[in-house]
Amino acid sequence: MNILIAILVLGAISALFGALLGYASIRFHVEGEPIVEQLDALLPQTQCGQCGYPGCKPYAEAVANGEAINKCAPGGEDTIKKIADLLGVDVQPIDEIHEQGDSSQSNRPKVAFIIEEDCIGCTKCIQACPVDAILGAAKQMHTILIDECTGCDLCVAPCPVDCIEMRPTPETIQNWQWDLNKIAVKQVD
Amino acid sequence: MDSIIERINQGKFWHFHGGIHPPEQKSITSGKPIKLLALPKQLILPLQQHIGFQGNLLVKVGDKVLKGQALTQQSNPMAVPVHAPTSGTITAIKKSVIAHPSGLSELCLFIDVDGKDTWKKREICQDFTKLNRQEIIKKIADAGIAGLGGAGFPTHIKVNTKPDVNFLIINAAECEPYITADDLLMREQSEAIVDGIKILDQLLTPAFILIGIEDNKPQAIKALQHATKHIEKIKVCILPTKYPSGGEKQLIKILTGTEVSSGTLPINSGIVVQNVATCFAISDAVINDIPLIRRVVTLTGNALSKPQNFWVLLGTKISFLLNQAGFVNEVNETASIRNIPQSLPPVIMGGPLMGFSILNEQVSTVKTSNCILAPSRVEMPSAFNHHSNEVECIRCGQCADVCPSQLLPQELQWSAKAKDHQQLTQLNLFDCIDCGACAYVCPSQIPLVQYYRVAKAEMRQQQQLDIKAEKAKTRFEARKLRLEQEKIARHAKHKKAAAARKATMNKKSADGGTAKSAIAAALARVKAKKAAENKSTGVPVTSSEKQNDNDLAEISPVKAAIARAKAKRLAKDKTVEAPVSTSEEIIQIQPVSNDETKRNEIDNKKARIAAAIAKAKAKKAQVNKPSIEQIEHSTETEQEQTNEKTQNITTAAEEKKVRIAAAVAKAKAKRKILDNAQQASTTNNEEST
Repeated sequence: MNILIAILVLGAISALFGALLGYASIRFHVEGEPIVEQLDALLPQTQCGQCGYPGCKPYAEAVANGEAINKCAPGGEDTIKKIADLLGVDVQPIDEIHEQGDSSQSNRPKVAFIIEEDCIGCTKCIQACPVDAILGAAKQMHTILIDECTGCDLCVAPCPVDCIEMRPTPETIQNWQWDLNKIAVKQVD
Repeated sequence: MDSIIERINQGKFWHFHGGIHPPEQKSITSGKPIKLLALPKQLILPLQQHIGFQGNLLVKVGDKVLKGQALTQQSNPMAVPVHAPTSGTITAIKKSVIAHPSGLSELCLFIDVDGKDTWKKREICQDFTKLNRQEIIKKIADAGIAGLGGAGFPTHIKVNTKPDVNFLIINAAECEPYITADDLLMREQSEAIVDGIKILDQLLTPAFILIGIEDNKPQAIKALQHATKHIEKIKVCILPTKYPSGGEKQLIKILTGTEVSSGTLPINSGIVVQNVATCFAISDAVINDIPLIRRVVTLTGNALSKPQNFWVLLGTKISFLLNQAGFVNEVNETASIRNIPQSLPPVIMGGPLMGFSILNEQVSTVKTSNCILAPSRVEMPSAFNHHSNEVECIRCGQCADVCPSQLLPQELQWSAKAKDHQQLTQLNLFDCIDCGACAYVCPSQIPLVQYYRVAKAEMRQQQQLDIKAEKAKTRFEARKLRLEQEKIARHAKHKKAAAARKATMNKKSADGGTAKSAIAAALARVKAKKAAENKSTGVPVTSSEKQNDNDLAEISPVKAAIARAKAKRLAKDKTVEAPVSTSEEIIQIQPVSNDETKRNEIDNKKARIAAAIAKAKAKKAQVNKPSIEQIEHSTETEQEQTNEKTQNITTAAEEKKVRIAAAVAKAKAKRKILDNAQQASTTNNEEST
């Protein structure tokens, strides 16, 4: 009899708390930022497709679903580290296939440049550009909007006359970085 | 506010946290008057000499310019024009090394001085009190005045504020060692400075005007007190000497006890701070119509045999100034003895604590350069040392004791080295004023402030990248949306066309063969539209066309079949009209009764040829098998077409033309794609070889 009472009482308590928790989880539900959004925010948004997905958001979705985190070439190690931190997984070295060419080359960001004499106005690059950073019309010379170009180099391959090349952005006072290894640090007192 | 004034009247001030007392070294130049320089041969004027943007060029190479003539104009509120410092000829507009720690080149105007020093026409203002607010602000903006204290913030923006200003503070502290430019200016031009202050008073109508000046400039204090003795509103506040009391926020704290909170501007607390040299420039601009073309520069340091303050025209080369001041190039001498490829002796632009080394003597003076320091080896050995003597941090905490912004320099240093931007933001790195006090006291000789500068530049860069990424994202999404909408629109169009076709089909069943022509007409319209789009390819259309490539590949066999059928039908039509004519030649010679039929026939003939071409091309392009269904369909159409009457010939021919155009375009596009693929593969091959 005692045992029965104990079971009933405990059962009732557990049912009560279960209901309470269930109610609370619905009533006080906190809408967390979806993991895809958070991942997308970490990606460099070049929309280059080098990861094999048609943009940064699709790759973010894929990563959320278990895709390898080391496929973002423009983001490089930093991005991998951030994604690893976010997802709580190990940092993986960047995928060899997705490694960006010669790292000894200047690591300044590059933007596409159209050699205007050679452009035949075929509009193929316009169709390839994921961010609409190329201006032009059929049989008219095209040009790149440098400020909008993400440097994804998707426009280079479709060009039938090879008039597009990737050029490093010029170094200006605005984007200049101190390099203490290059310029001797002189603290003057 | 009254309590503040009471305190100031009693000569009591607040204190800011930290600060240092480095050797002042002001006596090197403070005893000599400001010297006027002979005109240099050439001036190099950077287009941008301040914070903000450069103006639009008004002159071109070869132009003769007069002294004070504007060379650029405002393109943007944050842009400040530059003016010709003397008369001469513009010989070049090109990139040249500018006064910046990076040693980068920026666009500069090269002026060959003609030595006549001819002024442009000036309008001297007798009584500035008659000018209204907007006129004064316009005069200040047109004169190209940017804060002369060091940061170079455009003055016309700073003075164009809402009316509730409690305090106008005139920064005359000049706290950095060696520099005496403001000191001398106050001694020699105190009346003009006070005029400038009066103009600012008229603009800002502050409750009080406080002039903050350190007690190591007794003569300047006397001059200012003398010049302001009749003005109740202006109070000359004599502050104890401490570095960096000339920092904007530090000076506000000392004088008013108010702390300007992080990330806000002094104006939010009802305070405007202006440098004394800026006041002088304002009075010059408003009263004498002299734009900002010269400034006082202190040339000092023991490597100079004649250190002194000079009135320097903007754009004067540093090498010229150093020569005038008797520069002894001791490093180059020793270097030539030791045969070291030693480049330059250390020359520092700005003060010893906040300045930067100049990498090239061709650099010219700009609006913000207040001092050029050429130290001797004995005086400043660290400037000659090209390797850092930095050792590990011993956590003594002296840096935190002297930091005027009450930051934690040690922590900042570690985070800066680790590039932990989040942590740096939490530690309020952007409140650091780069004063260098932490590095000055550091027993481990850690160049702390350099690490902060690097970190700040990186963080700014990162912010820009973030903004850019955000922009790219929105553009990418907008494009995706647009493509999606286009696709939907296309589908809708196709559906509509199909419905129209169906309707005419039904009609046909009602009234037989005449409907045929209607179908043909509808088809022709759709095709014509498509062809027109293909021809006049606007950007979005082509993109959709590309997307359609796969569809097209599927359609092409059908098209080919239709083309074949039409060709056959046309041939039959011909035989109906003229039973003899089987070949094109015969059609051509065939005599026709009226013009219309003749035209029709020529059209027909052309159409047939083109159809043949299209057929051939379509065949060539089409890699896949034409399915039986399509063949069946084509035979069907063939039969239908043969039934058609001669009246329909014209429409049919037009339709054909349109279709041919479409086919040709399609074929061309395909060939290009193939070429591309080939090119790509060849380039790949080249790369692999």
